[in-house]
Amino acid sequence: MATTTSPRTRPAARARTGSNTNTFGRYFGNSVVFVLLLAVSFAMLAPIIWAVSTSLRIPRESFTLPPKWLPTDFRYQNYQEVFTRVPFWGYFFNSFIVSAAVIFGQLATCSMAAYAFARLRFPGKGILFSVILSALMVPIQATIIPVFLEIKFFHLNNSLWSLILPGITSAFGVFLLRQYFLTIPSELEDAARIDGANQWQIFSKVMLPLVAPALAVLAILTFNGYWNEYFRPLIFLTSPDKYTLPLGLVNLRGQFGSGSIAIVLAGVVLSLAPVLVMYIFAQKYLIEGIAAGSVKG
Amino acid sequence: MSTQAQRLTPTATAPTERRNKTIQVQRRREIRAAYLFILPTLLGFGIFVAIPILGAIGLAFTKYDVINAPHYIGAQNFQEAFGDARVVASLRNTLVFVVVANALQIVLALALAVGIQRKMPAWVRYFFRTSFFLPFITSAASISIVFGYLFNKEFGVINYYLAKIGIDAVPWLVSTKWSLYSIALTYVWQHVGFTFILFSAGIQNINKELYEAADIDGVNSWSRLIRITLPLLSPTILFTTVIGVISSLQIFDQPTVMTNGGPGDSSRTVVMIIYDVAFRNLRFGYGAAIAVLLFIMILIITGIQFLLSKKLVFYK
Repeated sequence: MATTTSPRTRPAARARTGSNTNTFGRYFGNSVVFVLLLAVSFAMLAPIIWAVSTSLRIPRESFTLPPKWLPTDFRYQNYQEVFTRVPFWGYFFNSFIVSAAVIFGQLATCSMAAYAFARLRFPGKGILFSVILSALMVPIQATIIPVFLEIKFFHLNNSLWSLILPGITSAFGVFLLRQYFLTIPSELEDAARIDGANQWQIFSKVMLPLVAPALAVLAILTFNGYWNEYFRPLIFLTSPDKYTLPLGLVNLRGQFGSGSIAIVLAGVVLSLAPVLVMYIFAQKYLIEGIAAGSVKG
Repeated sequence: MSTQAQRLTPTATAPTERRNKTIQVQRRREIRAAYLFILPTLLGFGIFVAIPILGAIGLAFTKYDVINAPHYIGAQNFQEAFGDARVVASLRNTLVFVVVANALQIVLALALAVGIQRKMPAWVRYFFRTSFFLPFITSAASISIVFGYLFNKEFGVINYYLAKIGIDAVPWLVSTKWSLYSIALTYVWQHVGFTFILFSAGIQNINKELYEAADIDGVNSWSRLIRITLPLLSPTILFTTVIGVISSLQIFDQPTVMTNGGPGDSSRTVVMIIYDVAFRNLRFGYGAAIAVLLFIMILIITGIQFLLSKKLVFYK
């Protein structure tokens, strides 16, 4: 992010802030803002830091106050116990399968539809696009009962398919990718057409690579949404061997009641780990993607 | 074929008829390709959005318990809903939650987005941005487990530090007065970073010359905020309010994991009632009626926001 003061203004600004009081005012204002920003970022990080350090404490002492912010016991056995208490690998695997399948499905269906809506001319385009956009306003909670009945009708309840199939396409994905397709100059398409490429080749060989950053954004947002999902798994999955991570963690907490929290927190940390790793590598795409999607929209 | 024809046209004696035909063929191919491209998405929407919406509206007028076939009972479900104390309480809770969470989130995100524009080293700005946004990527269910412990009245970390500065233990999750607000705090903690990112992007898009002109005129920071930043950011503020309100109306994970709607029904939300009624009591018709009410609520609130925006939002 660029600073707001561009080089051009600096001389003027300096000239104006020449007097002592004004410099002091600026300095004071800056420090106040800085302290507030620091306080908020502490509030944002503290719960996660606390969860990590408490997950490494001896279970018996996990509720002892004052809290220790730095891990001192390094009880990594807590992490082993997560796997013996509940089928944690199973939860992990189920979450992974659902997220991966949904990402794959959405990248395919949304990019195709987005390309058609952005670059091709066909009758009914405007109406169909607004129909799909209006689906953005429909919360899954409002349609969950009929969707559940459909899933039951196809005998897919208590199967990961119940989570995957309804997620195979998304209005948001179509909308986001369309914004990117719109920005590509049409010369590239024309050149490919003159070279004899058919519609599918133009899409897959020419256009798709050009929107790769947008595909990355969609993949990351989708991963985040489905990895963390709790509502639909709670309704569709009934046997613990089908549980996804968030469901499994609440199950793990249930086993301990108000007792030891260190092991529960070890599970929480394990479930956060993939998302945190993804965030470290993909932060740029994620943040710019969200910003771009909203500003262009 | 078609490309050959195109290549030949400049030299050949302009067979316009043939050329028109090629264009027609191309057009037809484009249309066919377009429909094939949108087909999977349309199928997905048909099966998992359009039919379920119609289905929910239809079911709302029936009595259905999965075992016996649904039968039509008119508007009885809606009448029951308006007289059902739990439903009314959940509507009230949800609205209070939506207002509190969004107001807090927007003010805080705005302050952070404006604050981060100050002069500071790039890595400091990067650190702030990273930490503000980090909670957004965590799972609401897992983080609610963490906040459930932090908010514990006797052993919670938050009350421990409050006691240090002389504040009595707050019954965050065990009092009917506090539970909803504690959940709102958890929600804001998780979502403020998203709003912050949108606001920062919006501020970056404001023409820098306006600020330069203000600098030259010696305008103070407060006036810059009120006269330049806020008016020019108003479309972004509207956009984030709309998506913020829609998503917070659907609140479910946090209250389910943190309080399970309690104590009493003090933190039970509309979606929790839908879940209870439909999937625990197997009253699918009644559940669908409440779901339709939630959907109507979303439409009305979104409509009001857009009407207000015509008066309040400044478009270039």
